[in-house]
Amino acid sequence: MRSIGVGAVALMAAAIVMIVLVAPEDADQGISQKIFYFHVPIALTAYACFGLGAWKALRLLWRGGERYDLESYTAIHQGTIFGALTLVTGSIWAKASWGVWWTWSSNQLVLFLVLFLFYCAYFMLRYSVEPGARRERISAVYALFGVALIPVSFFAIRLANDFIHPTVFTREGPQMTDTMFAAFLAGWAAILALAYLMYRVELSGKRTDANLRELREALSS
Amino acid sequence: MSAYAADVVALARKDLRLELRARDTLPAMLLFVLATLVVFHFALPGGAGDDAAYGLLWVALVFTSLLGLARAWVPEREGGALDGLVLAPCDRSAIWLGKTLATLAFLGAAELVALPAFALFFAPLDLTAVAGVVLANVGICAVGSLLSAMAVASRSRELVLPLLLLPLSIPLVVGGVGASISPEGGTYLAFLGLYDLVFAILSWASFEYVVTE
Amino acid sequence: MSAGEKYVAAAYGVVFVFVLVWVVIIAAKLARLERETAELAELARERADG
Repeated sequence: MRSIGVGAVALMAAAIVMIVLVAPEDADQGISQKIFYFHVPIALTAYACFGLGAWKALRLLWRGGERYDLESYTAIHQGTIFGALTLVTGSIWAKASWGVWWTWSSNQLVLFLVLFLFYCAYFMLRYSVEPGARRERISAVYALFGVALIPVSFFAIRLANDFIHPTVFTREGPQMTDTMFAAFLAGWAAILALAYLMYRVELSGKRTDANLRELREALSS
Repeated sequence: MSAYAADVVALARKDLRLELRARDTLPAMLLFVLATLVVFHFALPGGAGDDAAYGLLWVALVFTSLLGLARAWVPEREGGALDGLVLAPCDRSAIWLGKTLATLAFLGAAELVALPAFALFFAPLDLTAVAGVVLANVGICAVGSLLSAMAVASRSRELVLPLLLLPLSIPLVVGGVGASISPEGGTYLAFLGLYDLVFAILSWASFEYVVTE
Repeated sequence: MSAGEKYVAAAYGVVFVFVLVWVVIIAAKLARLERETAELAELARERADG
């Protein structure tokens, strides 16, 4: 875990240097375009976390094993944190570039709102089922539904925009220059490393928790 | 008829017969959807137009199906019969399919009254809109009977079902409203069909994991 | 500071605060784990003596 931590710090430092010093200011949007370098990587990382959670859930259903349940749960927990961050930073960006805190015409933001609701319900479900093999499987099935919901919702929101209102805002500005793209990639690598580090820390905390509980039972018997 | 289909039919018929005897769910759904439509009349401002009414119809349908789905596994739970069913020598996914068909029948019956009532009170429904309703019914019952089985396993039971189902029903509402109001209704019907396919297969394949202890 | 700069600062600040809150939560958890481990160690020591 130490090497992950060192890597995350190094990548984050590099990303900040790239974003602040190297990447040029966007001709169209000005400085507020710099939100992009963190907002989009955070969103992509949230997808990655949900995907990881579903992958672990699939392994659980396939093979069984408590550790996959814990890993799937931790990944989805991490994804929900990053999803909330996406919503907040996206809202700030919407205010900076369009003057409103929320817009239903931004497909990504709406999708994240749907996913946020969906995965909050995951926690409601998980905490109201007795711990055990059945809860592991129920959580896993729900996590799998999540990755199916992501593309389906994405389509749905695209379709809904056609009849709710035509798209006025587009996020596609002029093409990114090479240094801008490099800064974006650096930001993405940094956020992924941060997310992975957080995932590992959470996981080790939860495993220690489980081990302690076992130890307590063994000692008190 | 294969053994699988026979199991499905037997399970669905058991639910329908139970409902005919007890009359728990269907009258409640009927009354609920009619009362909701009346409430919508007062909730819509005068000049709101037909499009808003179509949108509200979909809200009414989703909530009505929630009402039916919340009760879907109650007979099994109260009798402790689900454990027995799971142990019975039939494919577990047949249990899901039987329940889906039964809830589909209830929802369809409620809509047989609700849709003409909507056309009478608010705005006419064309064939595309009705096709949208049918396709959305399939999707919501397929996903809902699985999620309802999850909710029954939890302490909060009926409380947690709307939280699970509403985010998943958003694509259905989009497809349904689009089919009702858009000139290119066919796209939305195709989308609803895609949704049904994806989530029916997923629910069919994963039901076994939800009910086994 | 221009309005755009303020929003950029706010966005990055929010990310920072989120991570900070996470650190605080993990710190609280670590403190709890430490306490529980100490209790268990105490229990084990009593067992060994008795």
